[in-house]
Amino acid sequence: MNFDFSEDQKLLKEQVARYLSDNCPIEVVRGVLEGDDYYSSSVWKGLVDLGLTGATIPEEYGGLGLGPLELCVIAGELGRVSAPVPFSSSVYMATESLKLFGTDQQKEKWLPKLASGEIIATFALSESAIEPNPNNIKCSFSSGKLNGRKMPVPDGSYADLCITVVNDQKGGADKIKMAIVSLDELGVNKKSLKTLDQTRDHAELIFDNVDAELMNNSDDGWNDVQHIFDIAAILMAFEQIGGAEASLSMAKEYALNRFAFGRQIGSYQAIKHKLADMYIKIELAKSNSYFGAMMLNDDGADLKIAAAASRVAATDAFNYASQENIQTHGGIGFTWEADTQFYYRRSQVLGLALGSIASWKDKLVTQLEEKNIS
Amino acid sequence: MDFNDTAEENNFRLEVREWLEKNAPQDKKIGGYDSIDVEESALERAREWQAKKADAGYAAITWPKEYGGLGASSIHSVIYSQEEAKYNVPSGIYDIGLGMCIPTMMAWATKEQNERYVEPALYGKEIWCQLFSEPSAGSDVAGVRTKAEKDGDDWLINGQKVWTSGAHFCDFGIIVVRTDPKAPKHKGLSFFFLDMKSPGIDIKPIRQISGGSNFNEVFFTDVKVSDNQRLGEVGEGWKVALTTLMNERLAIGVPKSADYSSLTQLAKNVILNNKPAIKNDLVRSKIADWYVQSEGLKYTKMRSLTSLSKGETPGPESSIGKIVSAPKMQDLASFAMDLQGAAGILNDPDIALMHSIFQNQWMSAAGYRIAGGTDEILRNIVAERVLGLPQDIRVDKTVPFNELPSGR
Repeated sequence: MNFDFSEDQKLLKEQVARYLSDNCPIEVVRGVLEGDDYYSSSVWKGLVDLGLTGATIPEEYGGLGLGPLELCVIAGELGRVSAPVPFSSSVYMATESLKLFGTDQQKEKWLPKLASGEIIATFALSESAIEPNPNNIKCSFSSGKLNGRKMPVPDGSYADLCITVVNDQKGGADKIKMAIVSLDELGVNKKSLKTLDQTRDHAELIFDNVDAELMNNSDDGWNDVQHIFDIAAILMAFEQIGGAEASLSMAKEYALNRFAFGRQIGSYQAIKHKLADMYIKIELAKSNSYFGAMMLNDDGADLKIAAAASRVAATDAFNYASQENIQTHGGIGFTWEADTQFYYRRSQVLGLALGSIASWKDKLVTQLEEKNIS
Repeated sequence: MDFNDTAEENNFRLEVREWLEKNAPQDKKIGGYDSIDVEESALERAREWQAKKADAGYAAITWPKEYGGLGASSIHSVIYSQEEAKYNVPSGIYDIGLGMCIPTMMAWATKEQNERYVEPALYGKEIWCQLFSEPSAGSDVAGVRTKAEKDGDDWLINGQKVWTSGAHFCDFGIIVVRTDPKAPKHKGLSFFFLDMKSPGIDIKPIRQISGGSNFNEVFFTDVKVSDNQRLGEVGEGWKVALTTLMNERLAIGVPKSADYSSLTQLAKNVILNNKPAIKNDLVRSKIADWYVQSEGLKYTKMRSLTSLSKGETPGPESSIGKIVSAPKMQDLASFAMDLQGAAGILNDPDIALMHSIFQNQWMSAAGYRIAGGTDEILRNIVAERVLGLPQDIRVDKTVPFNELPSGR
C-alpha cells in the first residue's frame, strides 16, 4: 500500500511552499486586488525560474519532464496562498491541451516558450451564462479564420496564446475542435471583465476574422475538451484543498485568540463543530483527490469518475471553509481590511471555472451507471 | 502511488490465504452475532474458530509473542482481516474482549493475572465484556455512580451498568466504579475486573428502538470483588479507563451498510414523475454526494494503511470515519424510503422493496450515531485533539462528585 506522494514530491512541495511564503505573502495578493496589475508578474517570474511552468513539459521541449503528481503538489501550494498568477489557465489547461492535442509543429513552437515563461497561454470554452455543449458553441473556425466571442476567459486580458474551443462549421459529428490563436493578432478585441475575484483576471475576447490554427483533435473534439476538464478538475481540486486548509488555519488562529463572554471563542462547541466540519470536508476532498491524482498518473480507467468526485468534494470543502472562515471571524471578517476575502473570492473562481457542480454530479452518476457498479 | 502490497506484505497475504483455505469453515450459515439470542451452538463454533486462529498466531497478530500473538505490525493485522473477510467465519464475539479488555489487563494487571487470563481469552475459552456506561453516564462516562465500598479486604459493588454487549454469555468483565463520592468526578474512580458469574449480578436484555436486543443492563447488588482484582491505584480508575477507551475506537466501527450502489439499484427500479427515479436530478445529486463521502472514507483508509505499511502511526484523518458514515447511513436510508412513497413505511422484508434493508438501516443508524462516541463528542475530539482548540469550560472538574447537580 503506497497511497501517498513520494519523498521527492514532498520535497518539491516544501520548496514551492517556501518560495511562495517568502515571495507571495497575502499583501501581494491584496496588491493585485487593489492595483492595476492583472497578476503578480514577480511571483510568476519566480515560478518560471523554478521551472514550474514547464513542470510536466517533456525535457525535449525545455521542460522538467515531471509527472502529474508533481503538478498536484504545486497546485496545492498555489491554492494555499491564493496566488494571483495564471497557473491554472496556462499550465493545467493550455499546456496540457498542447501536450495532448498539439501537432508536432505546434508543440515545437509553443511548449518551449511556455516552459521558459516567454509566453502565457489560456483556454477558452465558455461563451455566455448558458452551459456550453457541442451544439451551442458559436465560435467558428473556417479557412484558417476564427470568428466569435468567448467569455469569461481566464487571464484573457494579457495571455499571449489561447486554446479556443470552436465549431468547424461543417456540421459533422466531429464539428467541435480546438484552435490555437495568438492573442496579439489583428482582430482580437479584449475587454477585462469585472468579476468576484479581481486577483485573477477574466476577459471577454471577440475574434473578428483572426488567423488561427486547428489542433490535432480526435474524431470527438468535445470528448477531448472533457478530457482536459477532467485533468484540470483534479489539479484544481488540489488548489482548492490548499485554499481550504489555509481558511481553516486562519479560522483556527482567530478562534484561539478572540475572546467573547470571558473565554476563547474556540472553546464554544458551535465554533469547534464548525471547524471540525471544515476538517472533515477537507479530508474527504483530499482522499478523493489523491485517487484522482493516481488515476491521472496512471491514465487509469477511472479517471472520469475520479475527476468528478475530486471536483465535487474539493469545491464543497473550499466553499464551506472560506465562507465559514468569515463567519468565525464575525464582523471583522467582512471588512475590506480582513484577509478572509481572498479565499472567499477565490473559492468561487475555482469552483465555477469548470462548469457547475450540478453538472459534475450528473457526470459522476453517468459514469457510475456506465461502470455498472450498481 | 499504488495500492499494492510490499513484497513482504504479499508473502504474508499468501501465507494467510493458504492457511484460511485449509482451515476456514465452509459452512455458509455461520455469521456474526447480530442478536442477543446467540445459541450455544453458534458460541461453540465461534470458540472453535477462535482456537484455530490462536494456534496459528492469527488471533492477535499485533500482540507480543509471549502473550500468544504474532508480534507483527498493524498492517499484517489488516491484511489478515481483509483475507478473513472473504470467508463467512464467526465474528464479533471476541472483539470487545480482545480489542479492549485484555489490552487493558496487559497494561495494568500483574504478571500472574495475565498468565491466568490472557491465554483463555485468546483461545476463546473465556469471553470478556466492558462495564462503563450507566444510565447517568453516557458521553460523560467519568460520571459513573455505581459504587464500590471497602468490606474488609474485599470490595462490595452496588449500582447499574448499561449498554453492555454480550454480558449474558461473558465470563469476565472490566468495570469502572466510584470509590470516593467526595472527590471530584475523575479523582474518585477505581477500576476492577470481575467474574460475571459472581453472586449479586443480574443481567437483563435491553430492547432497542429497532425491536432487536444487542445489549444488556447489568445490575450489581453487594457483588463481592477481591482487592487484588483492582487495576491501578484506588482513585486512579480514570487513568486505567483511558487505556480501554483509547482502544475503543479501534474496536468499534460502523457495519457495512446499504450505500450509494444500493440506492442506485433502488432508483433504477422505482418511478418518480413517470420516469425511473435514477433520471431525477435530485436523486442523481444525492447519489453523487454519498458516492463522494463513501469513496472519501475508502481512500482515507488507504492513506492510513499507507502509514501503517511504512511503520508509521496513521494521521488524524482516520478520526473522521464514524462522523461521516453514521449520519450517511441514516440520511441515505431515509432518502431511499422517500423514493418508495407511502410504501416506504413498510418494514416487512417479504413485502418491502429490497427486503426492507433501508427501513432496517434507518432504525439502526439512529444507534450508530450514538454508540462509541456521539456525532457531537466525536466533533469535540476532532476540534480538541486534531485542531488543538481548547476544551469546553468544565464546571465539574474541582467540585466533589456528590455535590454536582444531577438533574432528574
